[in-house]
Amino acid sequence: MKGHDKSFHPVAAVVAWIAALLMFFPIAWMVLASFKTEAQAVQTPPVFFFHPTLENYAEIFGRADYLTFAINSVVISVAATIIMLVVGVPAAFAMAFYPTRRTRGTLLWMLSTKMLPAVGVLVPIYLIAKDAGLLDSWIALILIYMLSNLPIGVWMLFTFFRETPKAIIEASRIDGANVWDTIRHVLLPLGAPGIASTALLSIILCWNEAFWSLNLSAHNAAPLTAFIASFSAPEGLFWAKLSAAATLATLPILLFGWFSQRQLVRGLTFGAVK
Amino acid sequence: MRLKVRMAVTALLASCAAVPAMAETITVATVNNNDMIVMQKLSSQWEQQTGNKINWVVLEENVLRQRVTTDIATGGGQFDVMTIGSYEAPIWGKQNWLVPIDDLPKSYDYDDIFKSVRDALSSGGHLWAVPFYAESSFTMYRKDLFDGAGLSMPEQPKYSDIGNFAKKLTDRGKQQYGVCLRGKPGWGENMAYLDTVVNTFGGRWFDEKWKPQLDTQPWHDALSFYVDLLRNYGPPGASSNGFNENLALFSTGHCAMWIDATVAAGFVSDAKTSQVAGKVGFAPAPIAKVPNGAHWFWAWALGVPKSSHKAKTAKAFLDWATSADYIKLVAKTNGWVLVPPGTRKSTYDNQEYLAAAPFAKQVEQAIQTADLQHPTAQPVPYTGIQYVAIPEFQAIGTTVGQLVAAALTGQTSVDDALKRAQAQVTSAMQQAGYLQ
Amino acid sequence: MRGKGGAVSTLPLVAPSVVLLLLWSVVPLVMTIWFSFQRYNLLNPLIHGFAGWSNYRFLLADPALVSSLVVTVVLVAAVLVITIVLGAVLAAVFETGFPGRGVARVLMISPFFVMPTVSALIWKNLLMHPVNGLFAAIARGLGLAPLDWFAVIPLISIILIIAWEWLPFAFLILMTALQSLDEEILEAARLDGAGPLAIFRYIQIPHMGRAISIVVMIETIFLLGVFAEIYVTTAGGPGIATTNLAFLIYQRALLAFNVGSASAAGVIAIILANIMAAFLIRTVANRLDV
Repeated sequence: MKGHDKSFHPVAAVVAWIAALLMFFPIAWMVLASFKTEAQAVQTPPVFFFHPTLENYAEIFGRADYLTFAINSVVISVAATIIMLVVGVPAAFAMAFYPTRRTRGTLLWMLSTKMLPAVGVLVPIYLIAKDAGLLDSWIALILIYMLSNLPIGVWMLFTFFRETPKAIIEASRIDGANVWDTIRHVLLPLGAPGIASTALLSIILCWNEAFWSLNLSAHNAAPLTAFIASFSAPEGLFWAKLSAAATLATLPILLFGWFSQRQLVRGLTFGAVK
Repeated sequence: MRLKVRMAVTALLASCAAVPAMAETITVATVNNNDMIVMQKLSSQWEQQTGNKINWVVLEENVLRQRVTTDIATGGGQFDVMTIGSYEAPIWGKQNWLVPIDDLPKSYDYDDIFKSVRDALSSGGHLWAVPFYAESSFTMYRKDLFDGAGLSMPEQPKYSDIGNFAKKLTDRGKQQYGVCLRGKPGWGENMAYLDTVVNTFGGRWFDEKWKPQLDTQPWHDALSFYVDLLRNYGPPGASSNGFNENLALFSTGHCAMWIDATVAAGFVSDAKTSQVAGKVGFAPAPIAKVPNGAHWFWAWALGVPKSSHKAKTAKAFLDWATSADYIKLVAKTNGWVLVPPGTRKSTYDNQEYLAAAPFAKQVEQAIQTADLQHPTAQPVPYTGIQYVAIPEFQAIGTTVGQLVAAALTGQTSVDDALKRAQAQVTSAMQQAGYLQ
Repeated sequence: MRGKGGAVSTLPLVAPSVVLLLLWSVVPLVMTIWFSFQRYNLLNPLIHGFAGWSNYRFLLADPALVSSLVVTVVLVAAVLVITIVLGAVLAAVFETGFPGRGVARVLMISPFFVMPTVSALIWKNLLMHPVNGLFAAIARGLGLAPLDWFAVIPLISIILIIAWEWLPFAFLILMTALQSLDEEILEAARLDGAGPLAIFRYIQIPHMGRAISIVVMIETIFLLGVFAEIYVTTAGGPGIATTNLAFLIYQRALLAFNVGSASAAGVIAIILANIMAAFLIRTVANRLDV
């Protein structure tokens, strides 16, 4: 990360800032709309300067229990991610350091399971969840998210671990440590950046998942995507209120992403860096 | 039971855990429309009176429909009260998925509910859901623009009138468009409106033997008229405008006329959200050739799925939420103009309501004259005005809706769209077993 | 477990992942194949029984199928091209170091954290709407006629929205790759008189090769299943202009609740996925010498 300042280039700076502002603009515009009245939100030409109102936020907090939805989102995303790591780290470890003839095929097969379109299997999954008594429960969503992120997770971890010098692992093994000890005392510290960014990516993907969360939850397990759906497209003007709800649903993950972007970047190499 | 105990996390939170019969927690699924939000807020009073508790699941219409349909068809048992439409109620009743709601106490006064509304929610001699609010469709127009152009809306407009008015009132430079209509594809979006146009042009979806009729002259006339009208005098982007988009356009003064659901009347007359409040006139939906099915009928109703274990408490809630007393309660807390419309005679006998809602008589008349049993001039094997009350219609209607939108944007010709629609509907009806 | 001298039994380590994913993919797969040969409409329990190949016949005769495959491929390819080209350029630009780089980078990657449904709603209603939207206002301000995005260029509009969502991902990965580029090589190139463009063309792009493969693979996996953006904006229309395979399946499965037909479409999607996996993932994996 050092030494980049040397190559400062004014044109590049301008291009970068324009690109960044353009990319962020839709989000800023949404946040702005959340402080407008419904009438202002659809006004033409659009208003940039107006007297901000908090009425949308007041209405939303009066109607829906934001905190419950947010807690569900946090619990489901974090739990799914932790379980995914518990299952995925050993697998990635084994594949990275003790590859067999089948490793490559297994990895490719894992990724191909991601390609089954979720909409096509809703009815079978719904029936299974019903028979297991798991409808509207954290468990069902945690399991599904864990499974749908596992392939990408294993792949990311695998590629990251592969960059770790095998000699270190070997040395620990020769010292008589068993596999679990090796994972715990050698792999986890060494692979921490990779594990961290895998976890971050998984949390982001869980947070934003809007198909299973809407269809398998009702009240008890409903996360923020359901919160959004309760403010989207009612009869009547809704853009300002929806913007406020969307701001509330996006803010936690956005802040989380901002604060953790350094970690995210460090491990997000997928083995692409040599 | 043991299984339930074991799943501690779930059971702890699950509403369906066994609780004593006296106070129960029921889960109510509903649409996020204004009237339902009011119900959600006021329901704390019912909770206090009865000691029961309600878990609310409030979702946008499309998501909710998909959600409750999955649940009821698989016997999921997630909900004790479901908000369903007049499309679902008779179909689901026939499938034996719903608990009949014929036995509410005498105080409920079934006779106070409009007969057309009760009929729409019944099949096989049972009432399957009780109406929360009902709507029809009519014409809304800007009185100020009409006066300015020296035009006047007839008592019963014809579609030829609408065409003329639209032409005169379109001023693209001022972003003022003669008429706004639904164009966003969907069985409940553009097709809801277009079906009424087809009906009044003398068309029908199917003949008595379920043979699709989309390649007939009335469909051609209706679609050509609709496409020409909207392309020449409609706003840009019409093919992605649904109810809400048009409401936004009309409320911000971009439309001279708008033919849509009667619930829009309350929104466009509300000075808080509408820049044209006080300037809006109301007239019946236009007629082309025949009066049959020129305006639609829709009711949002509350039903209890068979899979609910708390049908008794659920029915008690239905009794409260759709009663005449509830309407009075809304009037007291939110004002008469915001009471759920279209369900009870007593609402329309109330002078305070008539004074607060200048469009009330138009709405009442539209709802009472909507004949779901005979929606078209020629005989048909189905009921429903802006839909066909068979389970397959959601998909069929949406497929055709997409082809209509394609004709509207000029991607295909009207003839081509109808030819393809006829082929696709025929294929779907074969697959569903109505045709060989 | 207690293998000595390097012999490690990897089975217990890999097995949980494999078994779980096997269950997760095989159980629904078997059910899907079974349903695809049934007459099974959730809304109409009266229709049932063995359907033979009829679900497939109806599906293959449907002109929407071929069109949806084309839309799927176009969508994936277009988003890949846009995100990778812009992502590579911006990654190189951000490597130069300039005032406020950290903040700019945070703004740059923000779209990745927004839910797809929310993104689509913002773009459709607040930005692209031809009357109320911001773009229309800008166009009118410049004296141009506002563009009716979803009617005139529906697929391009959707591609634009999705590219906006995924550009941050490509940007992040490619930037990470560039950061690993040896500073000494760059210095040497500069001493030889290479300008920024030459450095980008001859040093940075080749260095990003493997990272680009990664972006292609991961994005393809997600883009094949794009659904929410289409559902919110065009509902697959006008006509079938924006109906991709996932949306076609949605129409069968959740509008018609025709489980038989949806399952047949699902089986076709699975076959396609495996063809994709065979070609694409394998190619990428080769480049990464997994």
